[in-house]
Order: sequence, then structure tokens, then C-alpha cells
Amino acid sequence: MSKGVAVTGMGIISSIGNNVEENYQSLISKKQGISKIKKIQTIHKNVIKVGEINYTNEALIELLKLSDSNNYSRTAMLGEIAAKEAVKNANITDINKYKTGLISATSVGGMDMTERYFYSQFEETKNRKYIASHDAGDSSKKIAKSLGITDFVSTISTACSSSANAIMLGARLIRAGKIDRVIVGGSDCLSKFTINGFKTLMILSETDCKPFDANRTGLNLGEAAAFLVLESDEVVKKENKKVLAYVSGYANANDAYHQTASSENGEGATLAMQKALKVAKINPKAIDYVNAHGTATPNNDQSESRALINVFGTKVPDFSSTKAYTGHTLAAAAAIEAVYAILAIQHKVIFPNLNFETPIAETALVPKTEVTKKEIQHVLSNSFGFGGNCSTLIFSKA
Amino acid sequence: MAHCYINGVGCVSTQDTSDYKIFLETQHELTENIVRVHKPNYRDFIKPAMIRRMANGVKNGVVASAIALKEANIKMPEAIITGTGMGCTIDSGKFLKNIIDNKEQFLTPTAFIQSTHNTVGGQIALGLQCKAYNVTYVHKATSFEASLVDALLMINDNETNILVGGVDEIGDYSVRLHQLIGLVKNQETLSNGLLQSNSKGVVYGEGAQFFALENQKKETTYAELIDVEIYDNIDESEIHNKLLQFLKTNGLAIADVDLVVLGNNGDVKFDFIYNNLQDNLLKSTQQIYYKHLSGEYHTASSFGLWIAAQICKIQEIPKFLKLNNKEVATIKNVLLYNQYLGENHSFTLLRSC
Repeated sequence: MSKGVAVTGMGIISSIGNNVEENYQSLISKKQGISKIKKIQTIHKNVIKVGEINYTNEALIELLKLSDSNNYSRTAMLGEIAAKEAVKNANITDINKYKTGLISATSVGGMDMTERYFYSQFEETKNRKYIASHDAGDSSKKIAKSLGITDFVSTISTACSSSANAIMLGARLIRAGKIDRVIVGGSDCLSKFTINGFKTLMILSETDCKPFDANRTGLNLGEAAAFLVLESDEVVKKENKKVLAYVSGYANANDAYHQTASSENGEGATLAMQKALKVAKINPKAIDYVNAHGTATPNNDQSESRALINVFGTKVPDFSSTKAYTGHTLAAAAAIEAVYAILAIQHKVIFPNLNFETPIAETALVPKTEVTKKEIQHVLSNSFGFGGNCSTLIFSKA
Repeated sequence: MAHCYINGVGCVSTQDTSDYKIFLETQHELTENIVRVHKPNYRDFIKPAMIRRMANGVKNGVVASAIALKEANIKMPEAIITGTGMGCTIDSGKFLKNIIDNKEQFLTPTAFIQSTHNTVGGQIALGLQCKAYNVTYVHKATSFEASLVDALLMINDNETNILVGGVDEIGDYSVRLHQLIGLVKNQETLSNGLLQSNSKGVVYGEGAQFFALENQKKETTYAELIDVEIYDNIDESEIHNKLLQFLKTNGLAIADVDLVVLGNNGDVKFDFIYNNLQDNLLKSTQQIYYKHLSGEYHTASSFGLWIAAQICKIQEIPKFLKLNNKEVATIKNVLLYNQYLGENHSFTLLRSC
């Protein structure tokens, strides 16, 4: 019986590293990527803390060798870097040797450029090129073109759970035999739009965020992109591919409670985790590590803690949120955490939940706060978003 | 393979599409370059307080989905799948304008909360208290078709019923931007009809079409949804072969297609892609179009599916849709082909029951 859908490559760029190896080194050395805003032109510059990627847009353009007339949003550039690393990591030289698709996820899309030229593009023609790259699908299209993928390309946007659903759709398409290979993930850059949006919701932390801590005050936003290469068993066999891990379980449920808040009892999250375990055909006790959504907002962590107890009872597995490293990278969050889940399996290590001190009184859950060596068979990864979207993925050892 | 039937439809469009019969009597070719929906009676579907809070696209999506579910007599769908090319462009435009005009100060969260692309799907779930699978596809002119691909996967994976739809709304700011770069027609060019406009750009429209899909045929069944395929950036010269390949995968040849529903939108730069098919591969096939009635938007093809489903059921092709005059006795296999700006091509295959 198949163990799931094979992951044969991965790529990532985040505030803790420009590739998989750099991300791994930061994770095991507890090096977080949260600092005060440096690059975005906003009144919150040098005040609000975010997970910003070191490259400027100019540096990214140079890195990707884009022409001067390019109309890439930062979302598209970050996505292209991560997707190219994933494809290279999977040793793919001829992308169209097999029926290959791309499913990306984003919530910001080209908003970073639209907000920059909001009024000026009416007067000046030179920045009007970004009008056509505003919509969410544009970044996926650019990434697909850069990889030579022409047929099945799509984009998912379910707020902060987006890339979990992209990975899920990719796995389902392969399982159904509709496609042989699919690059799945997501990309979101920081923007004034999201920074101010989350600020008005009063869920931004003024300090480094503290997931699952009783005294947490909110999240840090971040920017990132990550992609996985999923391949069918046939392709893996034919090409004698090294399998990094398997996507063995996946599920999506809706909390149907509130447009932006999670229900107190974590019903949607509970359903998503239970359904994913069912798809993976494993018992809750088989889960060795949970990479939690753990945004560090009062609402999410309370709701997710309840959901973990609903699913695992008194035996909640070792868990941590890596959001204190990277910030909450919105539509990219599930994809970067998928990379972290696979790294955890490969290196037999649980990455710590930084900045945690005091457990939430009601649930008393204590995450792993140190780098912990452990044999890991199955990792469960949660991602939840506005609109009640709750998604869970399970990654299993190859 | 499981079967997937369209058992309920709901349509909010630039025409009065509350009922197909009314639509047949009242339809009219659009003569303005920016056309908003014929408003349904929102109060029949949404609480007054919510009507004020919801942007047009969200309201239209909620109404269209409620009509589709009611017709199919589905209380609680097992999945809600939404396609939207531009998402909630009214609220995101509003929040963005506030950020810029107020220099990032004195902001309130309401518009931001409603601005995420998945607001329509989320609000439908909230209204129904539906805890099932819920996803939103946001990929240009194949946003709706990706939703159909997902729905077909679900039905094949033993789900029994799915709510799937396409929705886009006109936001003032984004339509002004699209006018700046020539994506919207000059109104003067429309006096002789969309296909005679001989101008660049499209008639900018909006709408919401939802479909209740089930694995069982029943009294309300319109048609069977057989297959959907999307192609992102193929060369124009490849379309011919991709179309034949799509039909072949489904055991059909071009002669088996009784009706083709095309997405001609009168854009002089890109309609030649449709025209090439019309004059060559599809020249012996009955051809219809619909964007002279719906306008163009990223999910306008869901209006095309609404039309196609109605034709499958009633077995009559209204004159005002026809692009040629190839009569067919029975309409069995219906192929839909759509693209926008020469990209995001899709084929959808329906079969009458």
C-alpha cells in the first residue's frame, strides 16, 4: 500500500534563511528572524516587529535576472526563488517529461505594488505595468512560466491556511492519477495592507511573539515562500527518485463561527485534525510531533489548544509553533511549515517554540522549548485562517 | 468513476436571471461598457444587518448559492468551493484607499475583515453553519474551472454533494485601473453589438453563479458534468490539439459534440482565438456565445455553464445566443471553451441526461 504522496523536493525563503539549509541551521540554533520593519515604506517602520526577508526588491530582481521592464510583485519573486530551489532539489531537468502542474497560494498577491503606486499610476504611465500583476493568480503564472509549466496552474486563497490547501489539492490530483507531478506551496510578501489590517484587528504583538504563552499579546507578521515537489509513485520508481517524506494525510474543515475569529472550542480545527488522521489511516497516538498553527494571538492559541486536547485527549504529542522564528507568513505559512515538518522527520529533531514561559491556565499545554532529538514517523501540521478555514496536513517518514 | 450531476443552479448576473423563463423574455445585449448585476431581492436571502455589511460580491454569492441548494433540496453541502478572479475587490479597494488617504492612521478593521479572497465561501459556510471542506480558487479566468476540477475530484472520492460557484464583483478602484491599461472597451464602440465593436478590451461585468452538484441523478437534474481541463499559458496554435485531446480522453470526436459554448468577448486583440476554432475545427458544430449578455469577468464562464445547463435540460437553443446556424436534433454533448486575454484556457464537458 502506498504511504501517501511522495515529496521529492523542497525550497524555501523566509526571514530565517534564503534556502532549506539556512532555514534548518536557524531552526536548530534558535536563531529567530523577527526585527523592526526596515524595508517597507510605512509609518510603522522601526516600530512594528516583523519577519522581513533580507533581500531588497532590487536584489531579488538581480538574483532572478529579471528585465528592467518586469512587473513582478515581491510575492512573485519570493515564490520563484523557493519554487526553483524545490525543482532543483528534486533533480528535475526536464519539467515536461511528465504531466506537471503548479498550485500556489497567496493572500497578498501584488498588493505590495498596488499600494505603492495607488494614485501615482493614474498620472505616470511607467508604473501601470503593475496593474496587471495585482491579482492573486499573477504570481503563480510567473512562477509557472519560469519553470516551463504550461498546463495545470492554479492559485488558492483561503487566507492563512492557503498553502495547506494547495498541498492538499496537489496530493489529491496525484492520488486520482490526474497529474504525474505537481509543484505546490505558497508565497506572501509583507505589505502595508496586511500590516495595517492586522494592526486594526489589534492582534499584532509589540514584542517578539510568544506562541502558547499565557501572556501572549498577538502575532508578528512575516514574509516567506516555500514549495514542495510532489510526484506519483510511478515517477518515483521510473526515475529512481529519493523520497524526502510522504504527504499521508490532509483535511480541510470550516469552523463556521466568525469571519476572523476561531471558535472557543476549536471545532473546525478539531474536525480538520480528525479527518486528516482518518485519511492517513493512523491513530492519534502515532503522531510524534505537531507543528501547530500557534500564531500567538490570544484567540488562536486558546482555540488550537482546546482542539489539540479534543483530538489527543490527555496525551497531546510533543508540539511547537515555529511562528516566533519566522512570523506569521499568512498564505505561505503552511508551506514553510511543511518544509519544517519534513526537516523534522529527516533530521529527527523537534524545533523549539521560542519565547514560551507560562502555560495557558485553562489548557496547561507546554510546547517543546528546546531543540529535542527524537525519532519521528509522523508530523501533523495545522493551519487556520480567516473565513473559518482550518486545514491539517500529515507528513510521514519515507 | 462516479457520476457528477448538476442538480441545482443559482444565477445573479447583469440580466434578470432569477428564472430562466424570465431571462428568455427579458434578456438584452449589453450596451454599456461597465455593467453591474441586476440586483436580486437580497432581503429574501440575507438578514438586513448583514446586507449593509456585505459587499456586492458576497451578497450575490450568498443569494446564488442559496438558490442552487434550494433547487437541489440540499440542506448541508459536503463541500463549498468558490472561484473568484479578483476576490473581494470592493472591500480591499476601500481598505487600501483608507490606508493611503489617512496615512495609515485612524483605520477600522471592517473592510479588511471582508477583504480576503475567501470571504464569499466563508460567509456561505457561516450562514449555513457548514463545517465541511471549503476552498477558494483565485486564478484569473480559470478560477471557476479549478473549482470544478476540485468538485469532480471530491465526487470521485465518494462525497455525495458539492456546492461550487464563480463570483466576481466590480470595484470602483480596480475598474478604473483596468480602464487605464485598456482592458475596458470605450462605450461608443458598442452601438453595433459586442462582436461588431472592433475595439480593444471588454465589457466589464460581474456576477455570481453557483451549482449544486450531486452523485445522483434526480428530477431537478440539468446535465452531467463529465470533465474539466485547464491550460494556463499554451500557445494559440496548440489549442486545436488540446481540444481534440480533451475530447479523446472522454471518448469523443469532434463530430460527437452537439453544441459548443464559446467565451467570445469582443476583444479585437484576442477573439481571433475563438474565430480560428469557429472557422476550422468547429465549423460544422452548432456554436453559441453569451458574454454579450453577461459581460466579461474572470468567472464569467460560470454564466456560460449556467446557460449550457439550461440548454441541456430544455433542449432548445435561444436565437440570441447563436453564432452560426447548425441545427441539431438532440443536444447531448456540450463543450465549453473559454480564455481571457489569450491565456487561462479551459474546456468543460457537459452531457444531457
